[in-house]
Amino acid sequence: MIELEQVAYGYGTGTLLSDVTLSLAQGSFHFLTGPSGAGKTTLMKLCYGELVAEQGSVALFGQNVRDMQRDDVAEVRRRIGVVHQDCQFLDHLSLAENIMLPLTVSGRALHDPSELQELLAWVGLQQQANAKPPELSGGERQRAALARAVIMSPDVILADEPTGNVDWEMSVRLLQLLVELNRMGKTVMIATHDMNLIRSAKSQVQARVLRISNHQVALAGANL
Amino acid sequence: MNLLSNMLRFLSGDAQADRVVPPTGFTARLTVFASAAMAFLAVFALALSLATGRLADRWGDALAKSATIRISAPLDQMDAQLLAVTEILATTPGVKEARPLGEEEQRALLEPWFGPDLPLDRLPIPRLVEVIENDEGFDADGLRARLAGEAPGAILDDHARWREPLVKAATRLRSLGFVAIVLITTLAGVVITLAASAALSANEQVIRVLRLIGARDSYIAHAFVRRYTLRALGGSAVGTVLGALALFLLPSAGSEGGFLTGLGLQGWQWLWPLLIPPFAALVAFLATRQAALTTLQEKR
Repeated sequence: MIELEQVAYGYGTGTLLSDVTLSLAQGSFHFLTGPSGAGKTTLMKLCYGELVAEQGSVALFGQNVRDMQRDDVAEVRRRIGVVHQDCQFLDHLSLAENIMLPLTVSGRALHDPSELQELLAWVGLQQQANAKPPELSGGERQRAALARAVIMSPDVILADEPTGNVDWEMSVRLLQLLVELNRMGKTVMIATHDMNLIRSAKSQVQARVLRISNHQVALAGANL
Repeated sequence: MNLLSNMLRFLSGDAQADRVVPPTGFTARLTVFASAAMAFLAVFALALSLATGRLADRWGDALAKSATIRISAPLDQMDAQLLAVTEILATTPGVKEARPLGEEEQRALLEPWFGPDLPLDRLPIPRLVEVIENDEGFDADGLRARLAGEAPGAILDDHARWREPLVKAATRLRSLGFVAIVLITTLAGVVITLAASAALSANEQVIRVLRLIGARDSYIAHAFVRRYTLRALGGSAVGTVLGALALFLLPSAGSEGGFLTGLGLQGWQWLWPLLIPPFAALVAFLATRQAALTTLQEKR
């Protein structure tokens, strides 16, 4: 689904990623770890077409990002749900409207309005449906971001430090939600520096742990 | 038909899509105010242009079709020269009608300067003959030559001497009115472009979120363009109404007012301002669309 081949990327004159080769197959579960500033977020952005590799190639669902027009990138983004550490909502819209936004911009609607209620119940935000994002706690915003990421039923979920601003209990809750998605056949990659989170996933899912070190991505451990 | 359906779809909009752009901000107020002010000024520029146009036509038509022959001669020769002038005019091609002014008419002309008790029969007052041209007009130089030969005291005044600069001035004023409308339109486009660009920059977060979730640039641009087009339409409608009201309330100068009498709009001309709001909306649409697409292209 997402293929990186000998990818290199840097900011200014510095190299951040070099010779990165990575393949996210359908239904796989990956953790991406490494120290702060190692390039986890950059690698995530390369995986959903926000950045274009300086060298090598990135293929999203068989299309080379370098050859894509902006509309092609938009189309691909509808198949990739992204959860950011800072969430990024439209603060003037309610939580429910924010979650529905991917459907709104693609001109679609839910088959049944009760689906939204089910989704809100799944992330435990039924009571907050009409609240504005600034009124929510960090954990609520993360769960809302996850709900927004999955409302289009994407093939891939990319979560960049989804537990960075929440307590341990909420981290485990979010991990469970992502594991549930993986069991439904979704490809999941979580960027995190929280090794406890990775260890806690051991009993729930077959995950591969990738570590960024010295600008390169290497397998840190298989079958947790 | 396609364009019409596109326009209708654009105006009817998508209530959900409209909400993605934050509804408030200084750029919103700036756009509404600028559109209203420009529309207000455009109404006056339009009125000025139409009024000067009417004035130029009126002066041109009224004066171009008439001339005056002034006969200055000793009292005992006056009747003979008047007869000669009348005969010349009767045989001059292009003259539709020629009529010597009566004593009462001449008295009325002189009364404002000399009072009502003017003894016309004892004063050497020139006799005046009013000449009305037909559509072809007469040859003024030829007529002057004939008058010089057959009625030496008669002088033709075809009004060209002072009509031409007046008509020229009125025509220039009309052109200035149109130039003012073009400048106002351009300025409106510039202001709305700046406001839209500022709004796009201020809403960088909105654009980032929309792109993250798979919005196409055309969708993002459309949301901004529709918002700004409707603001310009609303603002210019208010400005147009206020401008038209101000024109309507201009004091009437009556028949003594001359030029001022014609400054407002007349009859069907009141329909012209109705074009200003849709035109302002069109300018806003084009300006915002260009600004949005350029900004989105730069933010890849």
